[in-house]
Amino acid sequence: MSAAADPSASQQQAHMDPRRSFQGLILTLQRFWADYGCVILQPYDMEVGAGTFHPATLRALGPKPWNAAFVQPSRRPKDGRYGENPNRLQHYYQFQVMLKPSPPDLQDLYLQSLQAIGIDTRLHDIRFVEDDWESPTLGAWGLGWECWCDGMEVSQFTYFQQFAGIECAPVAGELTYGLERLACYLQNVECIMDLNFNGRDGADKVTYGDVFLQAEQEYSRHNFEHSDVEMLFAQFKMAEAACQKYLEAGWEGEKKRHLMALPAYDQCIKASHVFNLLDARGVISVTERQSYIFRVRELAKACGEAWLATEGGGAGT
Amino acid sequence: MPDLLLELFSEEIPARMQARAAEDLRKLVTDKLVAAGLVYEGAKAFVTPRRLALTVQGIPAKQPDVKEEKKGPRVGAPEGAIAGFLKSAGLTSIEQAKVQQDKKGDFYLAVVEKPGRSAIEVIAEIVPEVVRTFPWPKQMRWGSGRLTWVRPLHAIVATFGPETEEPEIVTFSIDGIEAGNVTQGHRFLAPQAFKVRRFDDYVQNLEKAKVVLDSARRAEIILADAKNLAFAQGLELVEDAGLLAEVAGLVESPVVLMGSFDEAFLQIPPEVIRTTIRANQKCFVLRDTKKDKLAAKFILVSNIEATDGGKAIVAGNERVIRARLSDAKFFYETDLKTKLEDRLPKLSGIVFHEKLGSQVERIERIERLARELAPIVGADAAKAERAAMLAKTDLVSEMVGEFPELQGVMGRYYAQAQGEDDSVARAAEDHYKPQGPSDRAPSEPVSMAVALADKFDTLAGFWAIDEKPTGSKDPYALRRAALGIIRIVLENKLRLHIAKVAESATRPILARRHHISLGKDETEVDTITSRLIADVLHRWTDRIANTAKRDAHSHVPDIDAASRELATDMLGFFADRLKVHLREGGARHDLVDAVFSLENQDDLFMIVRRVEALAKFLETEDGKNLLAGYKRATNILRIEEKKDNKSYTGAPDPRGYQQDEERALADVSTVAKTEAAAAVKAEDFAAAMAAVAKLRPMVDAFFDKVTVNVEDAKLRENRLKLLNEIREATAAVADFSKIGG
Repeated sequence: MSAAADPSASQQQAHMDPRRSFQGLILTLQRFWADYGCVILQPYDMEVGAGTFHPATLRALGPKPWNAAFVQPSRRPKDGRYGENPNRLQHYYQFQVMLKPSPPDLQDLYLQSLQAIGIDTRLHDIRFVEDDWESPTLGAWGLGWECWCDGMEVSQFTYFQQFAGIECAPVAGELTYGLERLACYLQNVECIMDLNFNGRDGADKVTYGDVFLQAEQEYSRHNFEHSDVEMLFAQFKMAEAACQKYLEAGWEGEKKRHLMALPAYDQCIKASHVFNLLDARGVISVTERQSYIFRVRELAKACGEAWLATEGGGAGT
Repeated sequence: MPDLLLELFSEEIPARMQARAAEDLRKLVTDKLVAAGLVYEGAKAFVTPRRLALTVQGIPAKQPDVKEEKKGPRVGAPEGAIAGFLKSAGLTSIEQAKVQQDKKGDFYLAVVEKPGRSAIEVIAEIVPEVVRTFPWPKQMRWGSGRLTWVRPLHAIVATFGPETEEPEIVTFSIDGIEAGNVTQGHRFLAPQAFKVRRFDDYVQNLEKAKVVLDSARRAEIILADAKNLAFAQGLELVEDAGLLAEVAGLVESPVVLMGSFDEAFLQIPPEVIRTTIRANQKCFVLRDTKKDKLAAKFILVSNIEATDGGKAIVAGNERVIRARLSDAKFFYETDLKTKLEDRLPKLSGIVFHEKLGSQVERIERIERLARELAPIVGADAAKAERAAMLAKTDLVSEMVGEFPELQGVMGRYYAQAQGEDDSVARAAEDHYKPQGPSDRAPSEPVSMAVALADKFDTLAGFWAIDEKPTGSKDPYALRRAALGIIRIVLENKLRLHIAKVAESATRPILARRHHISLGKDETEVDTITSRLIADVLHRWTDRIANTAKRDAHSHVPDIDAASRELATDMLGFFADRLKVHLREGGARHDLVDAVFSLENQDDLFMIVRRVEALAKFLETEDGKNLLAGYKRATNILRIEEKKDNKSYTGAPDPRGYQQDEERALADVSTVAKTEAAAAVKAEDFAAAMAAVAKLRPMVDAFFDKVTVNVEDAKLRENRLKLLNEIREATAAVADFSKIGG
């Protein structure tokens, strides 16, 4: 890759080079978006299926501006392959950026971030290919693209139109970098487990497999064979009931203000993850599946409505 | 006359929407120009991933002036009336109005001259309106704005002026975007902004800025370069028009490159390689013509002329294709480990339609029907049954799960791999055919049996639950299924009584539904399912119950009668589809009706042959005159039958004949009827027509010499009955009353 885009020049240290270090990639992206003015958040402390579930995403709703970036560990129980598939995992990282309102130069900013991690746009073929995003469980959708680098999808780029069933105005622009895949490309390895995690050599080198292979194997066993179905069904019901209860209790003053949107939303996230676990175990039939998705969506919608009646959601402003 | 140049510069427009958008832009703008009285000489629209452009040549500089006359009150009318007139005509004093005369006297007339506005002003109103109401299939908002467009709209170029002068900027703004005369080139290769004057320099400067404006030219470049690259390697490009159009919509500056993959992947079926490379990577595959198989190479289209000549781009694409083909190979090898019949249990858990049971129930019905159809289409019954059992099992294979478009194709490969008879393997793929007008209909007997059984089961099922197509809605593609049956029957000259087959297909479906509705085995039946079907069943159980009532001795409801009723209803649907099908081949739909409305017409092949013979006959002099005679006879009959409130059927009395013409007509009618019936029985429709043609001279002579409506009531009745003989004799070949003209 060309010298002009050499990120190591600014990073100084080889082990931080996003082209040889997984953590270097994350830190470079954080630095880039921090320099732009984003709040750099830490991952949310609950199991979620994608970065979009981070409660920070609720800020896509309401009139207040919001610029944030964060890494979010994401769990997709069904995608587990016992660590044997070179590029499928039940636990992986997403790097999420949300800018609201979406700035007019969002595409350029995204391309600059690619330059920052070592992708020279005069050497590589970057393409914006139609891909509309929809999360039925969140009642959310947006239009945008999947971003291709030499034929490989490296990011999702979405203009949020609706979240929790509510129209987004102003519109938030959301970027999602699939970190493992991007890192495989930058480090030129075929298998995620072979990624250099810490950018060191020889005995000091820690690979992605060193960190996560055992977890992939154990969780695949859990997700497909052993997860406690009875407990999960009960948990789903409990989370659903708790969410409704907190929503109910949080309303104040003829539904003008809500005081517990976030705790209620936690339960919605919980229900969603429990549903994913049940789905991975294959205990939900095709018809039931729709009804579970519908139930989670109803929770998400009610939480979105509550959020709009909070300070963060712009109530009273 | 001046030209208009318009460019709407945005973020990447989805490839599939581009062509339509260009056409819409041209139509919307030019329609509004014409509606505003600005008739132009020519217009053309262009589209790239980032811009929609339009050039309209030869627009008049201003709208034509309009003269409007407004009639006012009479001279000497009350002041109030005159004041009102002045106001409405926009005049300040009555002296400005003319005085004209009509029969009643003098009256005022205002002549209002509306001068035409300048075209540039009108365009400044038209464009924002078009942008705001543009019919994108899906559109969005962005930032804090309210404007919607397919993706964020960034800039607008709008210039207007004659060729010889510096054009003007059309001034307007949409949601803060000011129209101007500045655009930019290729996103990566020439991002600098530049000024635009008119279409000619716009295209040239875009070209310099690495943007090929015309999508057709981009496609040409891609195709020519791809062929050349292939040729240089001794290979042949596997052309793909859909992919070409899509790829041309993904790049502004097409650069064609070639990559390769490991030869070992060529063990995977070529359809899989092609689908993988096409669907996921939007790349073309190549064929080694000498070995008559795919080559281990592919063609990719890049959007940039890379600084390293494309090495990194090729390497990146090869990486992704390697990973994709590895996945495909894994799926293929995994699938081969499971025998197709062992996939059936999995299919029993998959609902075909909530009211029609699981895929396995459906497969069992198709098996039975395929076995029944086998002797009719000349297939081995055991093979047809086996083929029907296996044909849909690939639906639960890994490969079809990943690429649904490979259904059937994979079934064929997997069947071959497990040593099935070739005809059985082929049926897995061919039983879905024909999928559209350009697709071939199956012609191998086993494939035909399964294809027909599959389509009849689909029709019967949705007929039984009353989900027939309505208007433009046909969610289960039932029209395609019926047309498929028609094509298979006609193209293979099959002798199939479709009403009987439809009845046979319907019976098990109704029986199952009846069984469930009676709740005999309530424990077996999922309560949710029974609740779901209860309402739909209502109608049918009613019908079945009614039939049962008629048969007081039986406690078993008459499913056979209900099946027959459904089959008759389906037959009408087939008649309509057949008409559409034959009309495409140029046949007259009234002739199809004329044949279909005879009794027991459900042998499609014979119906079509009869229609053909009838069409030929009606082109002859005999045919035309006989039809005229028939119309005359039935007209008289209709009028007289209505008048007398009785129908004149039954044989005329030979003793009542008074003229030779009557006797001659009676004799020839008998002969024609017998001969025509015999010829029809022998399936010789030309002979049947010839037999009926014998009527013609006698009919002509009868009308020439014989008066029907005579005073003598008995004689009149006998003559009316003679006319009825004409009606009956022709009915041996077709229902002439349905024939138009």
